[in-house]
Amino acid sequence: MRAKSFGLALAGLVAATAMAAAQEFKPAVVYDLGGKFDKSFNEGVYNGAERFKKETGVAYRDFEPQNDAQREQALRRFARDGYSPIVAVGFSQASAVEKVAKEFPKLQFAIIDMVVEQPNVQSIVFKEQEGSFLVGLLAARASKTGKVGFVGGMDVPLIRAFACGYVQGVKYANPKAEVFQNMTGTTGAAWNDPVKGGELAKSQIDRGADVVYHAAGGTGIGVLRAAADAGKLGIGVDSNQNGLHPGKVLTSMLKRVDTATYKTFMDAKNKAWKPGATSLGVKEEGVAWALDENNKALITAEMKAAVDKAAADIVAGTIKVHDYRVDAKCPTN
Amino acid sequence: MDYTTLLTIADSTVRLSIPLLCACLAGLWSERSGVVDIGLEGKMLAAAFAAGAAAHASSSAVLGLLAAIAVSMAFALVHGFAAISQRGNQIVSGVAINMLAAGLSAIIGNAWYGQGGRTPPVDGAARFGELVLPGAERLAAAPVLGPFYAEVVSGHSLLVYLALAAVPVTWFVLARTRFGLRLRAVGENPAAVDTAGISVAALRYAAVTICGALCGLGGAYLAIAQSAGFLPLMTAGKGFIALAALIFAKWRAWPALGACLLFGLLDAVAIRLQGVVVPGIGQVPVQAIQALPYVMTVVLLAGFIGRAVPPRASGIPYVKER
Repeated sequence: MRAKSFGLALAGLVAATAMAAAQEFKPAVVYDLGGKFDKSFNEGVYNGAERFKKETGVAYRDFEPQNDAQREQALRRFARDGYSPIVAVGFSQASAVEKVAKEFPKLQFAIIDMVVEQPNVQSIVFKEQEGSFLVGLLAARASKTGKVGFVGGMDVPLIRAFACGYVQGVKYANPKAEVFQNMTGTTGAAWNDPVKGGELAKSQIDRGADVVYHAAGGTGIGVLRAAADAGKLGIGVDSNQNGLHPGKVLTSMLKRVDTATYKTFMDAKNKAWKPGATSLGVKEEGVAWALDENNKALITAEMKAAVDKAAADIVAGTIKVHDYRVDAKCPTN
Repeated sequence: MDYTTLLTIADSTVRLSIPLLCACLAGLWSERSGVVDIGLEGKMLAAAFAAGAAAHASSSAVLGLLAAIAVSMAFALVHGFAAISQRGNQIVSGVAINMLAAGLSAIIGNAWYGQGGRTPPVDGAARFGELVLPGAERLAAAPVLGPFYAEVVSGHSLLVYLALAAVPVTWFVLARTRFGLRLRAVGENPAAVDTAGISVAALRYAAVTICGALCGLGGAYLAIAQSAGFLPLMTAGKGFIALAALIFAKWRAWPALGACLLFGLLDAVAIRLQGVVVPGIGQVPVQAIQALPYVMTVVLLAGFIGRAVPPRASGIPYVKER
């Protein structure tokens, strides 16, 4: 009798721990090469994850790969340890996510900036062209020379979509405006080369640009620095970078990777997580432009009205911003 | 391409070639004394980190520079100890320096500042600003040479002028002084110097220390003049390009300046040629432009400079006859 009840208790205990283990919620993040504190894209994800941690008290694991080969290892290690959901940051992780998601069909994966079609992967992409359109409009209105610049990081379709949306916004506000476009490089190193970014910005400023927009991760720090040093205006990207050089950053194109990360974690926690692709634009508040006390003086009431109207038109569908990724072409150049 | 474009390219050439020049001259000193140094990259990186951290802590660019030089010299002396006193393999020791600097700077940076190895951005007095040379504004109106003076010669940070000044100094000391003659002799035939009763080790230590100081200058320029803070791996292979420039210049000071300016020019042109329509070809793909500096390096090294003979005793530890 005694032995039997002991055995029962033991069985109950085992079941309880097994259930606890199954319910234990362990989210994880694998960053992109720019690193978690790039003041831009990755840092947005970090902020979202931190917000989740603060609000729920659930800790998460993260990893910053130092080279391409480490992504898959990191994803697989997290998967093997039972982490779920695992958020992979950046388009370059697509193949790694696809592979690892197949191997661990019970776990939840999310990838930002790329679509991976697997039953257990949530793909979050943004309509960067719409946000870039808005800051392009502001750039054209703030420019006195009628010339503005764009510095991209790695030359990939995603960054071309930024550039294309920006050009469309500039031309929308001022059809005669000239846009200089440069890409930093064709390898992952292009996300982390502020010296080259600064040189590219300087070369555009020398040609007459007085507003320079960057979509270049860590490289962009050099772009904003060069613009501020030359007394011109920069435009930040992904996170709110207005505070990097107060009064010298016109605005920032916000890509709400923080909200996306936070939401993915939250949904997974509340068992509301769904696989599939979501595309976040101005309408879904996935992209926006930043206004705070650092750039308040730079944005006139008239500029604000114009950009708000454009945003409303994009939501309503009267302005259609072309996506470079659809046909690898840009209508205006 | 008009004159203004040429001026901005020249201006950017100067900015981009300074880190190369510092590392190249540093390598020149070391190798002329017979110590091969492929740790230039690592020393510059460590120096850049020291400059960023010290400038941030003290809000003084000069202290940043001094810290950079001190750290770089310390690394140089480690290399010196391995290569001169312990007669170790100089390539291995150099590689070790590179790996040590890359890892240490990122890890210490992350531990101190928690920004992914980056040092906090510095501004104002903590950075070497651009100096306007006397008369630059007045002369800018003068035809042809005026804008050249105002754009290209003036308007750089103090470190640029220091690095440029190091060229004639290096040339003079190596070619015209007793110390320089002995140092070169140590690199060619250390036994002869030893026979004359002069310490081979002391001369080589002096050379690697000077090498450390110059790398420190280059690193400080990268971190607190060209940019405003340290970033992991910010040297991005400049130490190795400097080694190529050194071979290119056949271990001589003035040609070293020329070689570094050429590499800087290729970089500057690559940046400006993006998206430019070249007559007859159309728009050149970005990738082709970006490959240009490397292609030119290979072509120049393979075809045009002829035989480059290194100092005879370089890479060989000196063993006193017993």
